[in-house]
Amino acid sequence: MKHLPVLATAMTLAMTVTMAEAKTFVYCSEASPEGFDPAPYTSGGTFDASAHPIYNRLTEFKKGTTEVEPGLAESWEVSEDGLEYTFKLRQGVKWHSNEKFTPTRDFNADDVVFSYERQASADHPWNQYVAGITYEYFNSMDMPNLVKSVEKIDDYTVKITLNSPEAPFLANIAMPFASIISKEYAETLEAAGTKEDLNNLPIGTGPFKFVAYQKDAVIRYTKNAEYWGTAPLIDDLVFAITPDAAVRLQKLKAGECHLMPYPAPADIDGIRADSNLKLDEQAGLNVGYLAYNTTIAPFDNAKVRKALNMAINKQAIVDAVFQGHAEGAKNPIPPTMWSYNDAIVDDAYDPEASKKMLEEEGVKDLSMKIWAMPVQRPYMPNARRTAEMMQEDLSKVGVKVEIVSYEWGEYLAKSMEAGRDGAVILGWTGDNGDPDNFLSVLLSCDSAVEGGANRAFWCNEEFSALLKDAKVTADPAERTALYEQAQVIFKDQAPWYTIAHSTQYVPMSAKVSGFVMSPLGDFTFETVDIAE
Amino acid sequence: MARFILSKLLYLVPTFLGITIIAFSFVRILPGDPVLLMAGERGVSPERHAELSAQLGYDKSVVLQYFDFLGRLFQGDLGNSLVTKKPVLGEFMALFPATVELGLCAIIIATLIGVPVGVMAAIKRGSWFDQISMTTALVGFSMPIFWWGLLLIIFFSGILGWTPVSGRISLMYYFPDTTGFMLIDSLMSGQKGAFSSALSHLILPSVVLATIPLAVIARQTRSAMLEVMGEDYVRTARAKGMPERRVIGIHALRNAMIPVITTIGLQVGVLMAGAILTETIFSWPGIGKWMIDSISRRDYPVVQSGLLLIAGLVMVVNLLVDLTYGLINPRIRNK
Repeated sequence: MKHLPVLATAMTLAMTVTMAEAKTFVYCSEASPEGFDPAPYTSGGTFDASAHPIYNRLTEFKKGTTEVEPGLAESWEVSEDGLEYTFKLRQGVKWHSNEKFTPTRDFNADDVVFSYERQASADHPWNQYVAGITYEYFNSMDMPNLVKSVEKIDDYTVKITLNSPEAPFLANIAMPFASIISKEYAETLEAAGTKEDLNNLPIGTGPFKFVAYQKDAVIRYTKNAEYWGTAPLIDDLVFAITPDAAVRLQKLKAGECHLMPYPAPADIDGIRADSNLKLDEQAGLNVGYLAYNTTIAPFDNAKVRKALNMAINKQAIVDAVFQGHAEGAKNPIPPTMWSYNDAIVDDAYDPEASKKMLEEEGVKDLSMKIWAMPVQRPYMPNARRTAEMMQEDLSKVGVKVEIVSYEWGEYLAKSMEAGRDGAVILGWTGDNGDPDNFLSVLLSCDSAVEGGANRAFWCNEEFSALLKDAKVTADPAERTALYEQAQVIFKDQAPWYTIAHSTQYVPMSAKVSGFVMSPLGDFTFETVDIAE
Repeated sequence: MARFILSKLLYLVPTFLGITIIAFSFVRILPGDPVLLMAGERGVSPERHAELSAQLGYDKSVVLQYFDFLGRLFQGDLGNSLVTKKPVLGEFMALFPATVELGLCAIIIATLIGVPVGVMAAIKRGSWFDQISMTTALVGFSMPIFWWGLLLIIFFSGILGWTPVSGRISLMYYFPDTTGFMLIDSLMSGQKGAFSSALSHLILPSVVLATIPLAVIARQTRSAMLEVMGEDYVRTARAKGMPERRVIGIHALRNAMIPVITTIGLQVGVLMAGAILTETIFSWPGIGKWMIDSISRRDYPVVQSGLLLIAGLVMVVNLLVDLTYGLINPRIRNK
C-alpha cells in the first residue's frame, strides 16, 4: 500500500507525457461534408474533409501553387500528338485500413482504372452505388468527351488516351473528383452488402486516416504513419464544424481551435491587432464582374460598353464593399494566375469622357437594369451594395439604372436566358488554376449558349480561336503568349466591367506553423505543426 | 377518458394529411431548382439538366410526385437526401436527440423561471417587481435570437471565459453515440469530466433558446393569475379566512395553469423556430440547422419529410397538452 501514491504519480506522469506527445490540431471548418467520396460532390468544404486529407490523385497541385507535380503517378510521358498520356505509378503506396477492411495489396493500376471507369460509364456496377449519385465535376470538366480510354498496361503503368489534345488535362486530374479509391475496398464492401460505406467510411492513401464523423458536429482523423509522402507533423486532426464566422473567431480566440476559414471582412483589423493570433493572406483565384448582354442594343456596341465602364468608380467599390480587402480587377483572370497580362491598362474612371463617348455613339436617355445576386460569394461580399454604387455612378453620366434580383437558383438560370434584359453581377473561383478554366468557361463562343456560363453572350471569333489554340498547345510559353493576346481583345471589347479579385484570409493561432495557403482555396494540414 | 382520447386521435388524421400537402408543396412553391443550385455559377446544359431531373424524378407532374411521396410514406420510406444521398429518416434520427436535449433544457428553464415570476408579478401587481419583470419579459420577447446568442458568447465565453464557445462537448472526449443525448452518453462513457463538459456546453444555447418562451410564459402566467384572482371563488376563499398561501397555491394557481399549459405546449413550435437560429450560432448539430441547409439547397426530400416529422412531433405534443387539460379540468374530459 505504501507504494500506491508513487504508482499513481507515475501513472499520472505517464498519462501527461502521452497527452503532451499526441498533438491534436483542431480546424474550425465552415460547412458539413456532404459525403466522403469526393467524386459526386462539388463544394470546397466537402473536398477539404475528403479529397485532401484522405485521398491522393495521379497528379497533385504543388503546395501553395497551381503547378502540377507527381502524386500517385511518379512520372508520365505525353505522346507527340498530345493524345496519349502514359503514367508510371508509385510503388509501395499503402491503403488505409479500418474495422471492415484490411488491404492485402498496395495501390496499383487496377485502382486507377476503377476510379475513372466508375464515373465514366453509367453501366459500371459502382456508378450508382448509392441511388441518385451523379458525377458533376467529371461531367463539367468535359471528361466524358475528352477521355477515350483508361487502360492498365501493367500493375504500375496506366495509359490514358484522349479524343483531342487538351493542355489543362494534367491539372484536371489533380482536382478532387479524380481522387483514387481502392478497388479492393469496393469489392470488400460489395461482398458485405454495404456499398454505401464507400461514402461513409472512406479508405484512401492520403496523409490522414478517417476515424469518425458525427454529423454536423465533428470529423476526426488520425495521422497515416505509413504515408508515402512526408508524414504529417500532428497526430490527430479534428474538424469542429462551426457555420457562423463570428463564432469561429470566438472559438479561435478561446483556444478551442487552431485555424479557421473565411473570417468576416469587418473582423480582419481586429485579428491583425491580436497578438495571440496571426493572419495569412493571399490574392484569391477569383474574379467578380458585371456582364453586359452584348447581343442587345446599345450594349452590342463595344464603345458603349467601354463608356459605361469608364463611368464606374472601381476604387470606391473596393473600399466600400470589399472594405479594402480586394484588388480592383482589369483582366478576367486574377494576377496570381500564370499568363496574367499586367501590361494591360484599365479603363480610367472618367465620367466626363464617358459622357462624351456615349453622346458620340448617339446614346441618349439610356436606362438599363443591373442584376444583383442575392447571396454572398467569395468574389462578391455584397452585390446589392455594389449595384447601388454603380447606379449612383451611372446616373452621373445620364444612365438610369434599375436594380433587380432573384432567388439564387433562379438568378443563375435566368441570367443565362437568351435576350436577358440587363447586366449581371456574378463571379468565378478557379477550379484547377488553368487560365482556360476562366477564359473558356466564362467568355468563349462555346459557352455563350443556354447552360453555359458566358453571361455576356459575348462571342468573339478571334478571342475564341486564341483559346482553342492555347488549349491544344503543350508549351507553357506559347500558351502564355496566346492568353496574353486574348486578354488584350477582352479589354478592347469590354464584354464585362471587371470589378475585383478579393483577398483570401486565414486567421490562426500564433502557435501554428507550417500552414500553406492554397491559391485554389483548399485547406490542407499535413505540413502544420503546433508549438507547445 | 378513452372516448376523449379517441376523438382527439381522430382529429389527427386529416391534420396529418393536410401537413403532407403543405410540406410537399412548400418547398416547391419556392423558386429555384436543386439541379441549378448544384451546378452553381458554372451552369448546366439543357440536356444534362433534363437527365438529372429525370434521375431525381422531378420530370414527372407535381401531382404524380405527390402521390409517389405519399405512397412511399405509407411504406415508411421518407426518401433520400439529394445532397448527401442518405436516407432522410436516418439523418433525422442522428440529429434529433441533440435538438430534443436542447429544447427540453430550454423549456425547463423557461417554465421553472417563467411560472414563479408570473405568479409573483400577479400577486404584487403594480409593484417594482411586477414592472421590472414584465418590462424585461417584453425585451426578452422582442430579442433577435442571433444577436443575443452572439452577445452571450462574446461576454461569457470570450471576455469571462466561463463557458465554452460552441459545440456539444469538449473535443478531447470521444465516445460513440449510444442514446444521442450528450448528457446521458457522457455519463455512460465513464470518462472523467465528460458530463460537466457536456453540461457547460449546454448552458448558453439553452438560455438563448429559452429566452422567448420564458418571456411568453411569464406574461401568460401573470395575466391568467390576475384573471383568476378576481374570481368569486377566490374572494370567497379569502372571506372564509383561508391563508393567502393556500388561496393562491390551491384555488388560484391550479385554475390559472390551464392557459399556461396551453402556452407551454405551443412553445414547442416556437422552440423549433428558435432552434434553427440557436443551433446555427452554437454549432449545435440538430435538426434546425439541417432544415435551413436543406431549404437553401432545395433538397426537396429532406425539407418535405423533415417538415412532416417536425409537424408530427408538434401534433403529438399538442395532443399531450390536450390530454393534460383533461387531467387538470374534469369538465373538459367529460364534455
